[in-house]
Amino acid sequence: MGLLDKHLGYRAPLDGIRAAGVDPFAVRFDAVTSPTEGELDGKQVILLGTNNYLGLTFDPDCIEASAEAVRKWGTGTTGSRFANGTFAGHAELETSLARFYGRKNAMVFTTGYQANLGVISGLVGRGDHLILDADSHASIYDAARLSQAEVIRFRHNDPEDLYKRLRRMGDQAKGSLIVVEGIYSMMGDVAPLKEMVAVKKEMGAYLLVDEAHSMGVLGDKGRGLAEMCGVEEDVDYIVGTFSKSLGAVGGFLVSDEDNFDLLRIVSRPYMFTASLPPAVIASTLMALKRLEADSGLRVQLQANADQLWNGLRDMGFAVGPHASPITAVVMPDQAMAVTMWNALLQNGVYLNLAIPPATPDNRPLLRSSVSAAHTSAQIDTVLSVFEQLGQEFGLLKRPRRASA
Amino acid sequence: MGGSPMVELATDLTVREVARAAETVLGRSVQVTPDTDIARDLAVDSLALMNIVMELEDRFDLSIPLDRLATVQTVGDLSDLINKLRVKA
Repeated sequence: MGLLDKHLGYRAPLDGIRAAGVDPFAVRFDAVTSPTEGELDGKQVILLGTNNYLGLTFDPDCIEASAEAVRKWGTGTTGSRFANGTFAGHAELETSLARFYGRKNAMVFTTGYQANLGVISGLVGRGDHLILDADSHASIYDAARLSQAEVIRFRHNDPEDLYKRLRRMGDQAKGSLIVVEGIYSMMGDVAPLKEMVAVKKEMGAYLLVDEAHSMGVLGDKGRGLAEMCGVEEDVDYIVGTFSKSLGAVGGFLVSDEDNFDLLRIVSRPYMFTASLPPAVIASTLMALKRLEADSGLRVQLQANADQLWNGLRDMGFAVGPHASPITAVVMPDQAMAVTMWNALLQNGVYLNLAIPPATPDNRPLLRSSVSAAHTSAQIDTVLSVFEQLGQEFGLLKRPRRASA
Repeated sequence: MGGSPMVELATDLTVREVARAAETVLGRSVQVTPDTDIARDLAVDSLALMNIVMELEDRFDLSIPLDRLATVQTVGDLSDLINKLRVKA
């Protein structure tokens, strides 16, 4: 008997997945040599599942800024900003983020997960109402629990369903907080933000958009889905992360909220955790500059996304509704998903195996994310491996289509 | 629960609706009684339970906040919660 006995229901499925080959939840890279390449068991693999959208993890300027900061400021802050103080870099990053988004205020968190936890639990509490897209990220669900607010879910990306549920709440809809994501991390689909903003305004609710996967990816300036949809003024709170397009770790909130400073003393996930180390802050600041200065990165990312999505769709794989830096291939069942995932790895392609309940509609997925740093040749390699394996395992019914 | 026939009737109907909602979400037929343990007997995980609740919100035109599910273990618990919220609505 042990405390973990209650989780033994996971034992057989986990062992089954492990028995099929490599453990997909504990892949160990011997080396990562670029934003798109790693070594695993002495073999080179193409990294196609790392959310490294702009490929900035190996950007020379980011590395240099980070190295300089670690020498100048040391390896860590060894505590929270509340207790150990704010380093100049934290303040500079907050100022830069606020300016980038055209907002009065910004606040930096130690991870993206904690940003959702800290922001949502600070904004709503017992007696407040929180309205979540059904496919929300785990950090949003966990934030909901921490907040102790009353939580209502609406059907994924469905503004009419959102409207119906808010109307059902009567007077309580006014002042409730709606939370949606820019790009959803499993299928790569985007929220119909314009329509949701219309609902929010009619019902007198607040709106928070998590741009974790869309910052640096969508919008002319890279500010995300709200910018792309032209509705930034009607989005009350924007949350994001440094661990995807900015190539480091951390999270943030920007808003025009007048009493913003109060959030710093009521947000437990902000207050009771160590702040980001100077090296991370420095590389993030530089990556934000790169994101702002080089719109070519976004153009290249979209071209790469198009190449992968079009290629997979043309072969006959079941992919998401539109090209996106996240492309998920729907697998018929979990056994095939595990088999394909292992075979892809054997053939030098690393991506993510995603299985229910982490995926929408109980479907196992092979989830990939492209980077601006991928070459067209790398994506061609990935596509040919997919085609070969798809035919070998009977996933592709149609014969090979001549490429254009 | 009280012994009034009206309450029992309402509970019966609600239990039946819970079963129908579960069938819609799970895509298989289920046999339930008020004592059915949702997680153990129906093999319903937390996500499926939230989806069942969403179905029930539409069937009863009712808001069922997720935080209320903390005390729900059986189909009877869920139907009691719905009946309580219906009285309040």
